[in-house]
Parts: sequence; C-alpha cells; structure tokens
Amino acid sequence: MTESERGSERPVRFETLSGIPIEPLYTPESLRGWSPEEKLGRPGEYPFTRGVYPTMYRGRLWTMRMFAGFGRPEDTNARFKYLLEQGQTGLSTAFDMPALMGYDADHPRSRGEVGKEGVSISTLDDFERLFAGIPLGAVTTSMTINCTASVALAMYLAIAEKQGVSWSRVGGTMQNDMLKEFIAQKEWICPPDPAVRIVVDMIEFTSKHVPRFNPVSISGYHIREAGATAVQELAFTLADGLGYVEAACARGLDIDSFAPRLSFFFDIHNDFFEEIAKLRAARRLWARFMKERFGAKKPESMRLRTHTQTAGVSATAQQPLNNIARVALQALAAVLGGAQSLHTNSYDETWALPTEDAVTVALRTQQIIAEESGVALTIDPLGGSYYLEKLTDQMEAGALDYIQKIDAMGGIIRAIDTGYPQREIADAAYRYQLMDDRREKVVVGVNKYVMKEERPINFLKIDATVEREQIERVGRFKAARDRAKVERRLKQLADACREQRNVMPVLVDAVKDYVSLGEISDVYRQIFGLYREPIIF
Amino acid sequence: MTERSIRVVVAKPGLDGHDRGAKIVARALRDAGFEVIYTGLHQTPEQIVATAVQEDADAIGLSVLSGAHNYLFQRVLELLAEQGADDIAVFGGGIIPPEDIATLKAMGVKELFTPGTSTQDIVRFVREHIRAAV
Repeated sequence: MTESERGSERPVRFETLSGIPIEPLYTPESLRGWSPEEKLGRPGEYPFTRGVYPTMYRGRLWTMRMFAGFGRPEDTNARFKYLLEQGQTGLSTAFDMPALMGYDADHPRSRGEVGKEGVSISTLDDFERLFAGIPLGAVTTSMTINCTASVALAMYLAIAEKQGVSWSRVGGTMQNDMLKEFIAQKEWICPPDPAVRIVVDMIEFTSKHVPRFNPVSISGYHIREAGATAVQELAFTLADGLGYVEAACARGLDIDSFAPRLSFFFDIHNDFFEEIAKLRAARRLWARFMKERFGAKKPESMRLRTHTQTAGVSATAQQPLNNIARVALQALAAVLGGAQSLHTNSYDETWALPTEDAVTVALRTQQIIAEESGVALTIDPLGGSYYLEKLTDQMEAGALDYIQKIDAMGGIIRAIDTGYPQREIADAAYRYQLMDDRREKVVVGVNKYVMKEERPINFLKIDATVEREQIERVGRFKAARDRAKVERRLKQLADACREQRNVMPVLVDAVKDYVSLGEISDVYRQIFGLYREPIIF
Repeated sequence: MTERSIRVVVAKPGLDGHDRGAKIVARALRDAGFEVIYTGLHQTPEQIVATAVQEDADAIGLSVLSGAHNYLFQRVLELLAEQGADDIAVFGGGIIPPEDIATLKAMGVKELFTPGTSTQDIVRFVREHIRAAV
C-alpha cells in the first residue's frame, strides 16, 4: 500500500487491543511458509488448534455456566435453582471476600463484606444449605475459590457423601490457581511455595479419589482484568500452568495421571479476532509444552480445555444496556475460539451482582448464539482465515517470548517473587488508562457518545440484615460444637501441614466435624506464615 | 518557608483484591508531582489511619470495589476523628452507587470517583482541593 493510499485512512490506531499492528489486507502472502498440517491438524488431534474434541459443538454444545453467589447460602441456593430451571447446564459458585480470604463470617475482618460479593460460607452447615436439593451426581459445579479451595473441596465431597453420591461420580472444577492470585487477583494467605504445595495436594488427591474433578482452573481471566494485554494473559497463564506441572512432577506424580484434569479459564475481551486467536494459540502452545517439555503420552494430557468469561473490565457503568451488545460479541468470540464453557456477564455488573432479569438476558445471549446463529454447526469456522491464522501465530510468538524470559528467571514462582509479572501488568494497565484518558481508544458511552442525562437502572442490593443474621447464625453454630473434637482435628491438620503429608484426607474429616473455614485458614497462617506482596505501582 | 508537596496515602481497605484502579491512581498522582504512599492490599482501617498519621499525609484515597464501602469509609473517618487527625482529607473511588455517594459525602468524604473517571479528573481534584499541611 502506498503512502497516499494510507493517507486516505481514518485517523485511528490500526492495531489490536494488545497493540499488535494490523495490516490493511491479509493475503496468502501473509502466511508464506505456513503449513496447515503443522499449525492446525484436525480437531481433537495434536496440536489441537482447531479444537480439543473431534466433533466440537456438533457433538455437544459448550457448558453454559453462570457465575452466581450472594448473601446467605439460602439466597444463592434459590438463584442456582432458578438458573437450572432456565436451561443452564452447570453451576458456578461465587464466594464472598471473607470466605475467599480465609475468615469466618463472625471474624472482625469480615465486617462489611459478608455476603456482598458472593455467598457467605463458614462451616459445612452453610455448604449444606447452599446445595440443598441439588443432586451432586447430576450437575457439575465450578467454584471460584483459591487460597481456601482445599476447604471448599473437602466440604463439597462431604456433602456428596451425605447425598449418597460416590466421589467417583462427582464432577466439577476448583479455580484453585494460587499463582495467578499473586500475579493478579490478590487473594492469599501464605506465600507461593506452601500455596502451590496445597494445590499439588489437591491435584494428587483428586487424581486418585475424584477422577472427574478438575482440581485447578489455570486462570488468565484475572490477569487480563488486572490490566494485562492478551499476549500477557496468554503468557502468564501458561507459565502458571507450567509451574503446577513442574511442582506435581517434582512430587513424583506421573504426568499422564493428572494432566488430563488440568483446566483453564480465559477472559474474552473486546477485540474479536485477537481473542479467538488467543484461544487457538493457547491450545497449540499447551499441547507442545506437554508433549515436548514434559513428555506426556496421552493426547488428553495435551488438550487445553477452557472455561471463558466475557470481560468484566470492558463493561461500562455508563449506558449499561450497551454492555449487552459487548457481551454478545465477546461470547461469539469465545464460541468461535472453541471454548468448553462460558459465563456471559450481565449488563448491570459494573454496579452490583446481577439481578435475575439481567442474568437471564446474559444466559439467553448464549442460547441465541448456540441455537439461532448457526455458528455452532461447523468446527472452527474461521480456521484458514489469513488474518486469524497470522494473528494466532503472532499471539503464540509473543507469549513464547515472555515464557522464555520467565524460564530464564527460574520459573514463575521466582518471577513472582521479583514482581516481574505484576510490574508488566501494572505498566500495561497504566498505558491503557492513558490511551483511554486521551481518547486514543474509544469507549462508547464513556469517552465518546456520552449522554448528559442517563436513566438509572435497578440493581441488586444486599440488605444489611444479611450480614447480621449470618454472623449470629455462624457464631451460635460454632459455639454449639464439641470443642475438643474441633481442637483434635485442627491439631491433625497442623501435623499434616508440618510433616508434608497431603492435607486433603484430614480436611474432609475436619469439615465433617464442622471445623470452620476460618479455623482451617488460621492453621495455614500459623504454619506457613502470611504472604506480603511487593509494593509495585 | 517553601511549600512542601502534597502527600497522599492511596489505600485498599478490607479484603478486596481489585487493585488496578488504586495502582493507576497512585501512579497518576505521582506522575503529577504529588508524594504518594501506596499501602498495598488488605489493610484494616486502623492500619490505614496509622500510616496516614505517621506519614503526615494530607489526604487518604480509598479504593473499594467489594461493596463494603459504607462500613470501611465510615470507620476510617471515625478513627481519624478519634485521633484528632480529621484535617486529613478522605476521598475515594470504586463501585459506589449514587445513594451511597450521597451518604458518604454527608459523613465527610470529600469526593468519590466512579468507573469511567479519567486520571486527569482525579489529579485536578487533588490539586484544587487538597492543601499541604504547613
């Protein structure tokens, strides 16, 4: 293209959201030397670029899994049942901040936060209320919980047992990705080394006793939401995955015994093609790492299965109904990228947890894509597009560059210690904000097409009585327990932590005796110490 | 006597880990020439007030995205008053519904910034409304 032709172009940045330059036209020349056999393969086959299953959505649609949780366990139980009645096919649980940080509802640090950002959980009594009337042998449940994931898994297995469902039939996913907590989501108790050790305890335990469970969901979502670019999200997520695999192999686990149950979770942001390319590149990179670096033999070990969620960070508080359109486009990208599971955000989530009306529109968006649009009728329909294949290669190369730097630092845990990924993300977030401030990136309804007067929307409010009631109930419940039994269980846990034994068997017994999440977390705090973050801004 | 620069403590109270906004604001204020102390995450109101007093801060900027703002902002204001440090201005930001903004401002919070605010607006606010103690 000549300068004069370029001169007639609009004065905007021709680059992806992550800053990759975009050419005016992609042609066979753009893919010179590119081989479909090497880069794509067939769906369900190495390197899985076109999808992890041979039939993809012709065989089975993705799981429509809406993240839900607020207030008391009973409130969330009612929302779960509503979503299942509306055709949702799996559950996804949001816990409140105290549960996520290892405090019971009645702890002073929980004040103001009980039931606000998710459901309040302190003991198995709360878990029983949360899943009352939901058959754990028939639905799979995903739980977004990390430093206290071991407690949530123990509680889930304990109630499965009470329902008479054998652990071999229990399916679901624990987020349980501590490395990305240190990088991005920032919910932690102890430092990275003991935190990863507990993750590996769970990987080991589920591979032996709960074979249908995904013990960790290696998550880019929070990395992206913290301000990373798509390339950084891809790179740091895979680097975290490599960290867990290394730690599990170091314990002596056989790669093919646990790798098939590792799962992933990516953010789906505004840049349509870049996000599709990211998912395809993620599959290809992971397959190569598993085969070449770790010598995996089973194809299942090389398959990157992923949950996806539309980008919360892209939603705007201004003109909130516009978010419905953003979510629809992002959801379409997730599907064209070959996701196994999808959560679509509700338009009101920049204001609060979603109302029932808002969450219904979000679920219907997925159903429209699945059953009206026709995009799920063939596999990887954009495969072979000059632009998309080029972009997939560029995402892959960009991520590999970061991963090599992290390898040179001695792996992801050491990189986190030095604050490397944290600093890269903070820099990217700041750059993005400045572009937004200077209107170099258009945000419709915020820095362009602004409306002076906006009609307010209704949003969900968590009544202050929820916190009061929950604190009272948990306090009463804990006081009525057999204290000696609780102390005995806590001592067993402390011993297992100190003696490097797997904590999971002890935890399952402990939660059955109603030892609380906060009490278990206190043991972690005592034995492993508290994590202190490097201050980077 | 030369005027010293304005000193701002940017803090994340409570258990909420969303720190993208707080870090961006801390950096924008620093780039604008203010002295900035960022506390890091998971601070109790007591810790934040102690830092502000110890650092002789002129203002505290609180960032809360977890819905716990009413309790946490109020507690910081109470502690400042108890310690006779209510000359330290409190402002903040996060996901804060309009009716809570009104309540918090009535309590004494100087300004609240919601999603979509540009960093220039926050810098301008500090420049125009916060004075360095002499």
